[in-house]
Amino acid sequence: MATTSVPSSSPFGESIRRREDPRFITGKGMYTDDVTLPGTTYAAFVRSPYAHALVRGINSDAARAMRGVRAVYTGKDLADGGVNPIPAGWLLPGIVLTDRRPIATDKVRYVGEAVAVVIADSPYIAKDAAELVQVDYEELPAVASATEALADNAPHVHEQAERNRSFHWSIGDKEKTDVAIRGAHTVVKQHLVNQRLIPNAIEPRSALASYNRATDELTLYLTSQNPHVHRLIMGAFVLGLPENKFRIIAPDVGGGFGSKIPVYPEECVVSWASKQLGRPVKWTAERRESFMTDAHGRDHSTEVEMAFDENGRVLGLRVHTVANLGAHLSLFAPAIPTYLYGTLLNGQYTFPTIYAEVDAVLTNTTPVDAYRGAGRPEACYLLERTMDIAAKQLGIDPAELRRRNFIAKDQFPYQTPVALAYDSGNYAPALDRALEMVGYERFRAEQAEARTHGKYLGIGLSCYIEACGLAPSQVVGSLGAQAGLWESATVRVHPTGKVTIFTGSHSHGQGHETTFSQLAASELGISMDDIEVVHGDTGRVPFGMGTYGSRSGAVGGTAIHMSIQKIAEKGKKIAAHLLEAAPEDMDFSDGKFFVKGSPDRAKSFAEISLAAYLAHSMPAGVEPGLEETSFYDPSNFTYPFGAHVAVVEVDIDTGHVTLKRYVAVDDVGNVINPMIVDGQLHGGIAQGTAQALWEGAQYDENAQLLTGSLMGYGVPKADMLPMFETDRTVTPSPINPLGVKGAGEAGTIASTPAVANAVIDALSPFGITHLDMPLTPSRIWEAVHTAQQGRA
Amino acid sequence: MYPAPFEYHVAGSIDEAIALLARYEDDAKLLAGGHSLIPLLKLRFAQPAHLIDVRKIPGLAGVREVDGAIVIGATTTHWMLESSDLLKKKLPIIPEAASQIGDVQVRNMGTIGGSLAHADPAADLPAVMLALEAQLTAVGPNGSRTIPAHDFFVGLLTSALEPHEVLTQIRIPIPPAGTGSAYVKYPHPASRFALVGVAAVLTLDGGTIERARVAITGMGPTVARLTGVEQALTGKSADAATLAAGAQHASDSIETRDDLQGSAAYKAQLARVYTRRALVRAVERARSARG
Repeated sequence: MATTSVPSSSPFGESIRRREDPRFITGKGMYTDDVTLPGTTYAAFVRSPYAHALVRGINSDAARAMRGVRAVYTGKDLADGGVNPIPAGWLLPGIVLTDRRPIATDKVRYVGEAVAVVIADSPYIAKDAAELVQVDYEELPAVASATEALADNAPHVHEQAERNRSFHWSIGDKEKTDVAIRGAHTVVKQHLVNQRLIPNAIEPRSALASYNRATDELTLYLTSQNPHVHRLIMGAFVLGLPENKFRIIAPDVGGGFGSKIPVYPEECVVSWASKQLGRPVKWTAERRESFMTDAHGRDHSTEVEMAFDENGRVLGLRVHTVANLGAHLSLFAPAIPTYLYGTLLNGQYTFPTIYAEVDAVLTNTTPVDAYRGAGRPEACYLLERTMDIAAKQLGIDPAELRRRNFIAKDQFPYQTPVALAYDSGNYAPALDRALEMVGYERFRAEQAEARTHGKYLGIGLSCYIEACGLAPSQVVGSLGAQAGLWESATVRVHPTGKVTIFTGSHSHGQGHETTFSQLAASELGISMDDIEVVHGDTGRVPFGMGTYGSRSGAVGGTAIHMSIQKIAEKGKKIAAHLLEAAPEDMDFSDGKFFVKGSPDRAKSFAEISLAAYLAHSMPAGVEPGLEETSFYDPSNFTYPFGAHVAVVEVDIDTGHVTLKRYVAVDDVGNVINPMIVDGQLHGGIAQGTAQALWEGAQYDENAQLLTGSLMGYGVPKADMLPMFETDRTVTPSPINPLGVKGAGEAGTIASTPAVANAVIDALSPFGITHLDMPLTPSRIWEAVHTAQQGRA
Repeated sequence: MYPAPFEYHVAGSIDEAIALLARYEDDAKLLAGGHSLIPLLKLRFAQPAHLIDVRKIPGLAGVREVDGAIVIGATTTHWMLESSDLLKKKLPIIPEAASQIGDVQVRNMGTIGGSLAHADPAADLPAVMLALEAQLTAVGPNGSRTIPAHDFFVGLLTSALEPHEVLTQIRIPIPPAGTGSAYVKYPHPASRFALVGVAAVLTLDGGTIERARVAITGMGPTVARLTGVEQALTGKSADAATLAAGAQHASDSIETRDDLQGSAAYKAQLARVYTRRALVRAVERARSARG
């Protein structure tokens, strides 16, 4: 409704430059590490160099004796001091939970797990002293691979988890799927590895805790995507602090990608230590610590079987995934390889039946949790990679095979065999447009011609859906979430007509200060300059769920919209009273309350704001003031979709891949700020391309992380990528009044299989049908070399 | 992120730098840009008690032509190399290689002397110096000496410099007419160090390769001259088949090992391919220069 009532002069839909950027690009942002309070002390963690070891003893005498050292705490000190383990926030039937203490007590389970913390007057002293803490370890055999951890003789990461399995989960109809696969004309089988990724937000995690003995209040500055969730879990479960005595401020946050959702040991430790010492305690991760301790992403090993009839129509999909959860259950870890993955396995297609089962396994590796896309990229990669393999096997063009199996536009809302009901969609036009932009037919001719002189071009498609706008609370509650996933917004109109929006969403790169003020300016008919957006402070903002799962526009934006509707209704009553008209005769548009049909009988938004606060003449039963709060709980997810196409050239001599073109046609519903949506897409495409080509955590046989720095781990850089060519189709979501769907993760979800498919397409003359990611030059060269030798 | 404590000294002259080195013995490191050293300090892999900064010594930075040779001061930054008109004209392989080091920020701080003295086995400039047969001047308590590039890179992160010596300048003879050179590199996608880098300097006499100097970086514990390639080319016709055949010798004299970047066989392949590409480009340039 809002989108249609928005006047044409409104900024909704305009590429307004991000209002937060001037402070970021001039170095004036205020990040957690920029906050220093009088008397601040600094924490340095003593971390295990072993992936699996018993802690026999800790001698911290030398560290304690250092000048400037305030305290050294071990896991036992915390446990004795009433600090509880960090809980998992999503419970599944039969799940084996882990006892994740902020500092390990008797056993360490991954490299980098904390065994002690030093608090000192400077970070340098803390670090010097941490080197003096002597820990007596008894090293145990370790296991990094989830499939190896399931083996009979594997080391036991947690005693209570038999065969290291935390849970087994399934979705869909096993029997029906088995039958479909048995009777199929063609069954495409493939083993797929979706490798482990390391998030690498540009700002490392940081926490500054300040306990006030006079008021018994704790304030924590924290790199958090969801400060209220952090406060709830840390306060109620870990530290035993009442929420009304505990404030978390997540100021400017430099990227999250999901890695700043979970509650981590470090913020619990500095919070507790601050209370012990009566001083502020700060910790900021070194990049090496980020690599070792930020929750990693992905890490699936999957057997997939996709069944087709003789006409290339899908009959069924059977999936068995082994998901590596790492050494402990991170906050939302159980949800990622299950409800955010298994439910997405239908993609854009008309699978009559699907069955997916997941073994979730504990290993001696960094805990795994949400990473941009979180389950959905794994599902999309599986489907789209397998579709390409199937196209080859069936002898059908990959675009045609997809088109043949699309859900038709008149089939929406569409109930999939894996629980989700898609809100809206129209898949073929996005694919057609992407193919037209890339010149698909022409490319095939070019490709054939290029091969005749040893030049190997490849093209790869990816048709994706994602589930955004996390999520209906009742639904996620029934699935095991220990939280609701609504969002809050308070819209405060000041007496002068200036507006402050307090949103429960949290911006850590998404540009909410711009989009939300665009939205509000459009709906209120006032200037964006008169609107401020406040987020990330539990002391100022009503309880909110934060930002992840591409939910801020669809859920947080709708909450703002609802509050504005209430403001408008109240304003109409006040205006009607002042204009001596009936409230039902009032209209609100372009920042004016006016009598329908008599636009001159009007009061401006500022006049009504002042009148509401003066309250000299209010209609009966209307309270003074002009401020409204809403809690919006969506009735469904939203389902953005699109088609991406990658064009690559592979240098057969070296295995080097050049991404030559990248075309993305996305449908994210209505768009508030096209430039910001494009920016989200671009970043996501870069990230997803990096998974296809460069990124991948590697552990050795002792579960030591070999890719532990930016010297070895290949994050994408601008000069490794082409200019992206983007376009959109617009299918508004009927789920929320704004018609928006979500755009934060689409690029990451779609691009990985598009690029991987393009590389494999380029290699098809060598009979190569699949290679696991990352598609590094050496991996490609070895495969080509082997194929060439086989032929010789 | 937080280095162990150290004392920072600014040397005002080469003599002062040498005196400081002598005073602190093994506990001191020279700082000449720091783009290799400072990360090591921050990771606490290196914990010297004293850093002696040579970047502020007057007259130690710059590129000039002296008696048919180019002389480069040790604290000349990569950016100065990259943008030097003199080098572009006389030794274009140096700006070509310098422009591929790290990123602009690194090139603005890092210096040629620092890079050579650090002797990183995957650095770019050491291979170029080998191929150009540079002469490196080291000054110590007993005066100065000249070390040919082929004697300078001794092993992994080890140069021929004595503990109290300071590398002060690099002298490179200007190659004769008919010379073409090229540095080609396959950078590691994360670090941008060379997975392989090949520097080729070829002098043609008509259609014949009169002289070939080829060096490789990124393979093995130290940069190396590819003498097998050089011998296979010398006196031969500068045609594509000869260059390709010569490049096949690139993997003869290096020892490749399996690591995260790939197998030994893949490394050997990279060495051959990049050698061929460097040779082809060097010959093209030799021809166009004559032109």
